[in-house]
Amino acid sequence: MSEKLVIIGNGMAPGRMLEHLLEAAPDRYAVTIFNAEPRVNYDRIMLSPVLSGEKEFEEIVIHGDGWYIKHGITLYKGHRIVAIDREARTVTSDHGVAEGYDRLIIATGSVPFIIPVPGKDLPGVLSYRDLDDVNAMLPAAQSRAKAIVIGGGLLGLEAAAGLKERGMDVTVLHVMPTLMERQLDPAAGYLLQKAVEARGIKVMTKANTKAIVGNGKVEGVELMDGTIIPATLVVMAVGIRPNIALAKDAGLEVNRGIVVDDRMQTSDPAIMALGECAEVGGHVYGLVAPLYEMARVAAAGLANGEDRRFVHSDTPTKLKVTGIDLYSLGDFADGDDREEIILRDASAGIYKRVVLQDNRIIGTVLFGETGDGAWFNDLKKKATDISEMRDTLIFGQAFQGGASSDPLAAVAALADDAEICGCNGVCKGKITGAITGKGLTGLDDVRAHTKASASCGSCTGLVEQLLKLTLGEAYNPAAVQPMCGCTSLGHDDVRRLIKAKGLKTIPAIMQELEWKTSCGCAKCRPALNYYLVCDWPDQYADDYQSRFINERVHANIQKDGTYSVVPRMWGGVTSAGELRAIADVVDKFGIPTVKVTGGQRIDMLGIRKEDLPAVWADLGKAGFVSGHAYAKGLRTVKTCVGSDWCRFGTQDSTGLGIRIEKFMWGSWTPAKVKMAVSGCPRNCAEATCKDVGVVCVDSGYEIHFAGAAGLDIKGTEVLGLVKTEDEALEVIVALVQMYREQARYLERIYKWAKRVGTAEIKKQILDDVEKRRAYFERFVFSQKFAQVDPWSERVSGKDKHEFRPLASVGFAEAAE
Amino acid sequence: MNWIAIGSVSDVPRRGARCVATPQGKIAVFRTADDKVFAIEDHCPHKGGPLSQGIVHGAAVTCPLHNWVISLETGKALGADEGSVRTIPVRIEGERLFIALEPLASKAA
Repeated sequence: MSEKLVIIGNGMAPGRMLEHLLEAAPDRYAVTIFNAEPRVNYDRIMLSPVLSGEKEFEEIVIHGDGWYIKHGITLYKGHRIVAIDREARTVTSDHGVAEGYDRLIIATGSVPFIIPVPGKDLPGVLSYRDLDDVNAMLPAAQSRAKAIVIGGGLLGLEAAAGLKERGMDVTVLHVMPTLMERQLDPAAGYLLQKAVEARGIKVMTKANTKAIVGNGKVEGVELMDGTIIPATLVVMAVGIRPNIALAKDAGLEVNRGIVVDDRMQTSDPAIMALGECAEVGGHVYGLVAPLYEMARVAAAGLANGEDRRFVHSDTPTKLKVTGIDLYSLGDFADGDDREEIILRDASAGIYKRVVLQDNRIIGTVLFGETGDGAWFNDLKKKATDISEMRDTLIFGQAFQGGASSDPLAAVAALADDAEICGCNGVCKGKITGAITGKGLTGLDDVRAHTKASASCGSCTGLVEQLLKLTLGEAYNPAAVQPMCGCTSLGHDDVRRLIKAKGLKTIPAIMQELEWKTSCGCAKCRPALNYYLVCDWPDQYADDYQSRFINERVHANIQKDGTYSVVPRMWGGVTSAGELRAIADVVDKFGIPTVKVTGGQRIDMLGIRKEDLPAVWADLGKAGFVSGHAYAKGLRTVKTCVGSDWCRFGTQDSTGLGIRIEKFMWGSWTPAKVKMAVSGCPRNCAEATCKDVGVVCVDSGYEIHFAGAAGLDIKGTEVLGLVKTEDEALEVIVALVQMYREQARYLERIYKWAKRVGTAEIKKQILDDVEKRRAYFERFVFSQKFAQVDPWSERVSGKDKHEFRPLASVGFAEAAE
Repeated sequence: MNWIAIGSVSDVPRRGARCVATPQGKIAVFRTADDKVFAIEDHCPHKGGPLSQGIVHGAAVTCPLHNWVISLETGKALGADEGSVRTIPVRIEGERLFIALEPLASKAA
């Protein structure tokens, strides 16, 4: 029988420990986890991007629910362990669940330090530690009011930047004279303060909090000198303390943290501790790299594998605020036995300082340009004698040994054991070895196999350079494929930054995201225009000059410069009156070709551009609106006759098709969206090769998606079965909205779905009712602005200039 | 040179184009984001696409049919493609726009 392993806490350290353990001894333990937080294991380092809006919580989940199921791990979410009975070897949760153990791991992490001042318990005073804190901050942030962050350290500054991104007026109070004084020397602290202030965040140093004031809720902070700064939100980020209460109550040896030996063993041989709550060799840790090393050590011990011991090493500190590059490592205090080399470039905002002792690096502070951090770290770790390169040391690796300043050459020159990913302790050799050994071709592969660049992501550039070095021409960095030659950013980054930075016009995007051209190109402009239409439906004024001609004039350009016109025929159903009107238009304007389309409607081809408004006017009188046959938008909803006529029909497929089309017409999408509704599994409407399809069955409506029948041929995936028409509509609309918000411009649903994964789409659209409802409502909101018939607008005179020549010249003379 | 008035600058949308009909075919008159005005034959050197219908970016236009990019300044295809269209001299007097139709005049004579 397998032994019982119980883990208290479900943070990053125990999560990583389990990964190692499952690899080394998958069947040895029956694992039970008690997580005080009501959720799965997520990347706490990435809370800042969640706070600022650059990422969603789902994107920072490390182990989804499926992972626990797959590995047979029992996870109690929202269960706080209140007692450990070491005699009986049981733990008990606050919900009364008791569990026996053979081995117990305490990974209770840390608790934020709350300064003991009056008012600290007022509503509106928060710490910054977990997702609940972030979720509590967001409503306050929406009010765009004033916020105060107490603490100018790593955490405090990240919180301040996040709240500022959310639109709050933020002041940072820091008790010391310079920011991040534990990681930065005063010069770098000063530069940091300037960079923080340049983002519109106020900084007050030497600011000692006397009290938090307010009547029933926070109204401000009072400083020792009597100044009162108003605020509706106060975030305390002054530090953390190992969370040792439980271990202490259980009689384990504790000091600052839970005392463990270098194999993570507490004073009770059945109990280990790891993570921020553990104290090893007199040190407690807060950065992820040493915590992951603890995870490795603990897993090795539990698996009875190698005899691994924890060894202390300095971890570099990096600030995760977009646009501020900062790197600090080791000891950089002044001293008689120490020398320093400094480089300052005020105009470029660069400051570098290397502290030496006996010709060896013991500390480094880099601000503004941090690319050489890994190299300095490597020299420090190996205690390399730098006397020979002393004169050029501060300029970085590129200037050593006559090497070129090519960044690739610099990475090539790194030793195999040079650390690339500080968070996960992955060295260069492990990455290049995995690339060649496992045939990896992209960044995501490397992340999956080695964990390098999978935590904070600051080494992503280095990993990409290693891919380039190892694979040469074969490396195609699809993950960072730029949108076009005008930018180095990919579609996903641009979409994310549009939201995160609140960019609402094409010029704003180009300015903020440093476009390389003055006004973009024919590739990026339509994409940006779509992203803005989708993200700010009520605020963005569609830029028609950034649309392809078809969407600008609402007809399809043909090879000879004439246009084709396709009016909407809801669900493919028409009438004598409609057909007569079409016949009249064809006669009146001498339209050369009339053709039935694959989407169950009628195409009139060869219409002169000047005639378009008049053609539309006549069609409009007969009740026709634009069929958007030219649009990256909702095209057709093809139907069969369903239960109205067909002897096999199970539901009213025609009615549902018409309902969907009437609900969704006019919406812009990343690429065209074609739909179909079939009344029975014989599937006469061919719903199983559409972007979205419905196959009606006796018990309801089977929703399909991600089919293709163009460049690629692909059957649909089944999203799920719903019972009513209303549900079918809600699911389809939510699915399309998710696609609208996430896909890259010109990416059809099947390609987007392949990228995101069917499981994720099912989770968000089918399983999570709240999320589905939110997508649905966002679609409905955007339809308020999109559902306008463009043809009737143009019949009434909009964009007249499009359809008329500027002038006719030269003919008069010729006629005379 | 035979300068013919064709309208005013504001008749042409920024980052857009209008056509002028002539006995020799259409001329496309472009206005860039920074209010420079150019005129070229409305006929892509590739397959004759109407350049006036393309997306205007910088001082270039992308043909709507097959995405050739044509320089408005020189009429030459940019990038890997080869070919060129005739450019037509443009003058702005105040708000008024003129194009020069010398070849037309000689033909009419």
